[in-house]
Amino acid sequence: MPDATGLELLAGDLRDAVPDAVLGTLHFRGQATILADPRHVRVLLLQLREAGYRHLMSVHGVDYFPEEPRLGVHYELLDRGKRDRVRVKVRLHTDDPRVESVTDDWPTANHQEREVYDMFGVVFEGHPDLRRILMPEDYEGFPQRRDFPIGGEPILFTKDGAIGADYTQ
Amino acid sequence: MSAIDSPRTKSAYREMEESVELSHMKQPLVAEGAEPESELLTLNMGPHHPATHGVLRLLVTLEGEVVRDLKPIIGYVHTGIEKTAEDKNYWKAIPVVERMDYLAYFFNAYAFCGATETLLGIEVPKRAQYLRVIHMELNRIMSHLVWLGTSALDLGAMSMFWYCFRERESILDLFEYSTGARMHTRYFQVGGVADDVPAGWVEKVREFCDAMPTRVDQYGALLNKNEILLQRLRNVCPLDEETLLELGVTGPLLRAAGNPWDLRKAMPYCSYEDFDFQIPVGTEGDNYDRFAVRMQEMKESTKIIAQALEQLPEGAWITDDRKVALPPRHELATSMEALIHHFKLVTEGFRVPAGEVYFPVEGPRGEYGCFVRSDGSSKPARVHMRDPSFVNLQATNAMVKDSYIADLIATLAMMDPVLGGIDR
Repeated sequence: MPDATGLELLAGDLRDAVPDAVLGTLHFRGQATILADPRHVRVLLLQLREAGYRHLMSVHGVDYFPEEPRLGVHYELLDRGKRDRVRVKVRLHTDDPRVESVTDDWPTANHQEREVYDMFGVVFEGHPDLRRILMPEDYEGFPQRRDFPIGGEPILFTKDGAIGADYTQ
Repeated sequence: MSAIDSPRTKSAYREMEESVELSHMKQPLVAEGAEPESELLTLNMGPHHPATHGVLRLLVTLEGEVVRDLKPIIGYVHTGIEKTAEDKNYWKAIPVVERMDYLAYFFNAYAFCGATETLLGIEVPKRAQYLRVIHMELNRIMSHLVWLGTSALDLGAMSMFWYCFRERESILDLFEYSTGARMHTRYFQVGGVADDVPAGWVEKVREFCDAMPTRVDQYGALLNKNEILLQRLRNVCPLDEETLLELGVTGPLLRAAGNPWDLRKAMPYCSYEDFDFQIPVGTEGDNYDRFAVRMQEMKESTKIIAQALEQLPEGAWITDDRKVALPPRHELATSMEALIHHFKLVTEGFRVPAGEVYFPVEGPRGEYGCFVRSDGSSKPARVHMRDPSFVNLQATNAMVKDSYIADLIATLAMMDPVLGGIDR
């Protein structure tokens, strides 16, 4: 992880290269985070790739309920040469969560972006195959959101269907 | 020998049987006049098939016997573990997180505990770190043994399965001895391990470590000269380092292509810097290298375990921070404060400072990265496991494209996916 000074220097370089892309930085427990503007996140990530953080290790979603903007998408970048990691995160509103896909730049993001879409409903624009991945294709709702109740799903028991009751109640 | 079976004197029935003309009954697979290779066939493999190593469904597009496209379809064992963990106290989330990748439970548990410890900013005692290393490396050998046994079974080598599961059984016995459970042990605790290892355990592990390298050599002797196995592994479905890196592949699959990336060496955690071990790498990146790298890793793991046992420090096995770890049993009878701590920990759990942490560890299949977000309460606000099987699965298409469907089975076996980890 870059130290606090290194993170500021990195953010400074990024601000020079892509104006308005960096919204802030956070250094917590030795881990560096760059808060990015969702409109410029792909350019920012490519800029970081140029700076050496060539490998995208993980893309995952977070729901910051009740904070606004509620949703977050995190990109964990890794520099194998300097053995260094940095996290880029964007925050999105739930009414229209859209962010540009990075699958073309990092093929590894394909399934991971699909999982974020599946669980949080974040739409990755330009993704080649944005479908649900873990939940059934006809599933409604985004189960990892914090307002989705645990156990809030109707359970289908065949015995209820047999006695004529509506077994989805 | 009876007259019926004798090759020289054929029975009347045999002669009648051979005279029957069947060629008019042949049913061509393609239409009259069409090129046999031009037809694409979409075949569904799985989800219930032993060769898919779990409930993995593959939609394979075939041209004759050659795989032209492949789509993995997953989610059949999705149980919402990440969601469940959000509803539990930190230490009650450990058992559910352990069940993600069911062959790497110590790694899941460590990734989660490590993330929580980073959030809390607490130090883990040296003895606990060493005990964790011993258990994780035993777990790595165990996982590789399951992989070797089932993969060899896929390739037709049935006896390997029994030998591998014999050794796996002795590892599970060691886990039972130290932790009380064979699988999903919940031994790792935030701040250390749940209890010290029992008397005599260290000797048992040492015995195992002495025997294991010989066992690996024996497996090698059985497999490395097996013509069938070699035909199905050598130069089959190689993938170059650059593509693997782009696909985010980690672990033995990446190392087989020649990239020595291993978090234990590259970014040491949990005292791995104390041990002398080597990272096996392949040269071709084919199935044989994937096989050979894992075989060698088992030996390297025994070296780490032997060193950890040799240098096992005395002292506490869990942090003495009473806000995080349970007080010792004997204190409960005498100390009011210990009783209060015990009560608070068991009912509410400990609170964790707000923040976000990503904690990667090197597991048997690659990078297990646990992302934990805390909102300051005693339950994690988000737990996410970056599971290597999930990410590595994307490389299947790149590996098996334009090779035979039989090689698909061999490659899938050498990829070692664990569906519990993929679907979570």
